[in-house]
Amino acid sequence: MKDRLSVVIVEMDRERGVLIEESLRVAGDFDITVVGETNDLAGKIRDLNPDMVLVDIANPSRDVLEELTIASGPMVRPVAMFVDRSDEALTRAAIEAGVSAYVVDGLKSDRVKPILDAAVTRFNMFHRMRVELATTKRALEERKVIDRAKGMIMKARRVDEDEAYAILRKAAMDQGKRVADVAQALVSTAGLLS
Amino acid sequence: MLSVGFIPLVDAAPLIVAQEMGFAAEEGLALDLLPAPSWSSLRDLLAFGRVDAAHMLAPVPVASALGLGGSGVEMCALSVLSMNGNVIGVSNGLAARMRNGGHGFGFDDAHAAGAAIITAGPEAGARLRIGVPFPFSMHAELLYYWLSALGLPAPQGVEVRTVPPPLMAEAMASGEIDAFCVGEPWGSIAVEKGVATLLLPTRAIWQGAPEKVLAVRKGWADDEPELSARLIRAVWKAQRWLFAPDSRALAGEILARPEYLAMPVEVIDRALTGNLCISPGGDMRQVPDFVTFYKNAASFPWRSQAQWIGYQLAARMGLDRAEALRKASHVFRPDLYRAALDPAGAVIPGASSKIEGSIRVETPVASGAGRLFLGPDSFFDGKSFDPERANL
Repeated sequence: MKDRLSVVIVEMDRERGVLIEESLRVAGDFDITVVGETNDLAGKIRDLNPDMVLVDIANPSRDVLEELTIASGPMVRPVAMFVDRSDEALTRAAIEAGVSAYVVDGLKSDRVKPILDAAVTRFNMFHRMRVELATTKRALEERKVIDRAKGMIMKARRVDEDEAYAILRKAAMDQGKRVADVAQALVSTAGLLS
Repeated sequence: MLSVGFIPLVDAAPLIVAQEMGFAAEEGLALDLLPAPSWSSLRDLLAFGRVDAAHMLAPVPVASALGLGGSGVEMCALSVLSMNGNVIGVSNGLAARMRNGGHGFGFDDAHAAGAAIITAGPEAGARLRIGVPFPFSMHAELLYYWLSALGLPAPQGVEVRTVPPPLMAEAMASGEIDAFCVGEPWGSIAVEKGVATLLLPTRAIWQGAPEKVLAVRKGWADDEPELSARLIRAVWKAQRWLFAPDSRALAGEILARPEYLAMPVEVIDRALTGNLCISPGGDMRQVPDFVTFYKNAASFPWRSQAQWIGYQLAARMGLDRAEALRKASHVFRPDLYRAALDPAGAVIPGASSKIEGSIRVETPVASGAGRLFLGPDSFFDGKSFDPERANL
């Protein structure tokens, strides 16, 4: 077996690929290749012949890698999935973080651990960023809807902005709903009338 | 609350309907339905306890039992969620060559379709490239069975590639594959995109093919007999509801929702009604029982079905066939199915195993209560599979 582990990262998003690669370089001296295309993925990985493959669980192309778990010829090295029961805590952490790893059969888990640890940390960071982005986006959209609803109330009932918001908030409290939901209902219903 | 993973496909219907139409609630269950991005991740979510049950390709738990793929966590099938429901499609280029060769795309004759695809196949020397969703799938097993029965040496003579269903149409358009075998609605979507013509429903290869199963960890089934019985009943009631013709329109609407398939209901309805549009030109074909959830004890997990799968896998992968038959026989659980549904008054087969492929016409059989008919389960080549007399 080679001294330096060769690792393939399957990642369609170039920026993310670079970030994962950087984290792995910090974790140790590895030979890293990022594959960013789904076209003939199994063939590409067979050619690269890595010790380990990392792939985002959310990537549907992960199923393509399952082909590699079947040793179909004498030249093909069997690849086992790292998620086995030898280190369940690590596996669980990987699944929670959304990363899956395939490693060559027989590779010791202490050689794989630093890589997977680094990948798990990085994927957790991606996950947090994704959640934050989604939350921010939603907050922005809700703000816009509330502003539109306020505008409609101001016009229809000839009140100022603060009063319009008070009306919205009261309606929300009476109905046991969020202000944003009441505003959304108003805006979409009003759309039917105009 | 029970977390259940699924892949957004028409045949996830029994699980989705169990939750949406209140059959789960009737059993005191709330199903937390979690869509998964791929079969391998769904299998791992199940194996590592992130979900308690899953919509699963019938061969996946069998393959795991044989040590193929996955983490080695034992899984079992509590019931069959659906029978058949896949289509084989060919690229426009291949379809044109087949039409020139005189094939009429009747969509019902596996002999004619198979002969046509082998004759028209790729240029001399090249192998026919066929996309399937997963290496361990009925799609792959039925293709190998079909083509090798017609004289094409499989797996050597054909290149079966894994292509995730959402990418199937794209792979066809870019010339990466010549044909595919995929579950609905992905075949119809490839037709809608103008890149494929449908050649056969997989039903034409094996009428009795189990497609998806209700899979759980074996340890969970052992530890939670009460919970698994309630789950079996909830899903069985959903399947019975899906069988009623009146349910189809509503079933399509529910499946189309953004949290489930997130696809146009018109495309989903094709599989539910068996009224398929097979070509970009708009040719229609009617396939009775294109996908079945309930009819003729469709949901009964026959041990012999799992053994057929185990036998095929072993033959293809060079494993010991006798051992594969033995291991596979424990994966499907007619015992748990019967224990759960006997009290519900379900009509259940008295046997747990049958000679697959031996029933040519709808046939009455012995059952615990009431009258039960088994549907035809013939293989297109007329052969049958008896696990007790399999060629080892």
